[in-house]
Amino acid sequence: MEKEYWRWPESKWTSSDIDWKDGDIISAGVDVGSVSSQAVVLIDGKLYSYSNFRTGSDSPESAQKVMDKAMEETGLSQDKIHYTVGTGYGRVNVPFAKRAITEIACHARGANFMYGPTVKTILDMGGQDCKAIHCDEKGKVTNFLMNDKCAAGTGRGMEVFADLLSVPIEDMGRLSFEVDEEPEPVSSTCVIFAKSEAVGLLRKGWAKEKVLAAYSSAMAHRVVELLERIKVEKDFAITGGIAKNEGVVKRIEAELKIKALEAKHDTQIAGALGGALFAKALIEKERGLR
Amino acid sequence: MLAHYGYKDGSGEYFIIIDTDKCDGCEECVTACPVGVFEVGEDENDPFREEPVAKVSEDHRKKIKYSCAPCKPVSGRKSLPCMNSCDPDAISHSW
Ligand code: SF4
Ligand code: SF4
Repeated sequence: MEKEYWRWPESKWTSSDIDWKDGDIISAGVDVGSVSSQAVVLIDGKLYSYSNFRTGSDSPESAQKVMDKAMEETGLSQDKIHYTVGTGYGRVNVPFAKRAITEIACHARGANFMYGPTVKTILDMGGQDCKAIHCDEKGKVTNFLMNDKCAAGTGRGMEVFADLLSVPIEDMGRLSFEVDEEPEPVSSTCVIFAKSEAVGLLRKGWAKEKVLAAYSSAMAHRVVELLERIKVEKDFAITGGIAKNEGVVKRIEAELKIKALEAKHDTQIAGALGGALFAKALIEKERGLR
Repeated sequence: MLAHYGYKDGSGEYFIIIDTDKCDGCEECVTACPVGVFEVGEDENDPFREEPVAKVSEDHRKKIKYSCAPCKPVSGRKSLPCMNSCDPDAISHSW
């Protein structure tokens, strides 16, 4: 079988300190994105488990799969969960969710939990779009901007390049720094044009690393341009799959002259986590606690 | 919340910005816009907001440049019908 360079590592985590049976409020968030899907379970607002897998061709099925994975080996089952919120582009396709909430709202809320209340600007670099969000200290959105018109600066674009250059996706960031000198960014950020430009550079004898460097800085530049409109206020955090690509992250930081906060958990779960936090708040509202 | 609808591409920036804190959901913009860019409904980005809010409809978000062409400065209009219709000044744009 041919090696699938684009294949990124899926993940799954369960807390060893919490027993869900002691929980009063069990809430869940499921984020069905174009490329990846995540599920997060919270027990009384504390992170209990999560899973992050590739989205299949069928959204409801992918939603069920990540949810099952997040509950795997915990003895927890769907009927024990009091409230589930669906988010992501496939949010209306989460059959067991009681409510759908946009990724914008969920990412802000999730990032606020993951990075703490000092986070003001969030850049979410997802599978097929890029969002820039400002939020207040409670994680409430105060300003947002979205780019879903093209795949530049997204996970899908990275997958295309991993395959083109035969470089495993996790190694792309590191390799993009193995150049003597930073090359000019590729001139087009559109994935399709950038790809043919890259093919041309390879033919001209450029090393993979150099092509990667040129592509990563073009992506970084493109995202910084998007951020210009809403301005970056500290603290700054990057969520989504590309947050794991240091080749892009470090170049964004260099251009902005601001360092992004370090994540303690998988950066791809921010949306699902926000969903689960909203779910908790919605149960409390239902129970008259708020 | 400042909701930016639209995008930036090689030819420029095309955003309609709605200040949802100012918007009272009166729907004046919905009737004022000649091409039906706006709709008023649930605030998708703030699940706890009870009052309806204006937004750019899904259909227009990715083609604002073309949707709003009749109101571009080149077409000789001084101010935009949507902005004029909005008493609380909740609407702005990027061109
Ligand atoms: S006219 Fe202004 S206040 Fe009224 S719905 Fe439109 S944006 Fe909101
Ligand atoms: S600029 Fe013109 S076309 Fe665009 S939303 Fe306003 S009134 Fe409608």
